[in-house]
Amino acid sequence: MIDLGPHAVFIVWSYVGVALAVAALVAYTLIDARRTARKLEALEARGIRRRSQRQAG
Amino acid sequence: MTIETAPKQSWWNRIAHPSQFVAWSRPLLWPLTILTAVLFLFGLWFAFFNSPEDYQMGDTVRIMYIHVPTAWLSQFVYAIMTVSALGSLVWRHPMADVSMKSAAPLGATFTALALFTGSLWGRPTWGTFWEWDGRMTSTLVLLFIYLGIVALWRAFDDQLRAARVIAVFTLVGAINIPIIKFSVDWWSTLHQPASVFRPDGPRMPGSILTPLFIMFFAFTFLFLTLHLKAMHTEVKRRRVMALERQAAQAGASA
Repeated sequence: MIDLGPHAVFIVWSYVGVALAVAALVAYTLIDARRTARKLEALEARGIRRRSQRQAG
Repeated sequence: MTIETAPKQSWWNRIAHPSQFVAWSRPLLWPLTILTAVLFLFGLWFAFFNSPEDYQMGDTVRIMYIHVPTAWLSQFVYAIMTVSALGSLVWRHPMADVSMKSAAPLGATFTALALFTGSLWGRPTWGTFWEWDGRMTSTLVLLFIYLGIVALWRAFDDQLRAARVIAVFTLVGAINIPIIKFSVDWWSTLHQPASVFRPDGPRMPGSILTPLFIMFFAFTFLFLTLHLKAMHTEVKRRRVMALERQAAQAGASA
């Protein structure tokens, strides 16, 4: 690792903070996507379809 | 009617129709993810291993490689929301509502990160984490606007009604963007004026501009990827809400 000088703590914490926030944002986006997809699958498994889908099918 | 016999959709319909939008934009997700990851790898390598320290700020200049992109995104995301708000109010574009709603939490996060990295840069540079000056205060106001918009989306059950109200609120809040941009020119502030996008060119050497631009594109593509994924989820969420409503109505009439 390179020497970050006398203010290394500020540099390291800024990158760590951003990395944690970006990781949380990515995780939230993926978890929300999975949770919503499961809800939709559960509804469709119960035979609940949009009117347009029922007419087409 | 099969996909082969269906009439060809205009490009406007392909953007406006939620299912059509998801169908053509889903294949973009993986290429965008890979491009974002590659840009971050290069950007971080340049930021830590292939860029010099600044002659005045020393190594703290490396904070700029994450501060400037997050600060840029705090305003760019709001600009996307403003255009989406116009699309929602003027053209009643269904995907404009979806875009507006999906962008708000992302914009709030990038704004919080711009403030966080700015204060960590400010302490060794100015001797303070925070100062109530024009740039910092107007960016804090932007964070509150984002949080207000996120809260408003959650406050309404009827998302179509919410979209109208929030679109108006978003357009009113857009006045803050030029205030943030020109705050460093209008008022005496600790924050430095623009030093990259200037009429007479950037006031930085290429060795510092290179990691800055790579990180700028890395964060921008990160936003585009997450926004697209969140929009797909929002389309599904609305389908879930419609089906739940339909199931409840069927249950009530049975």
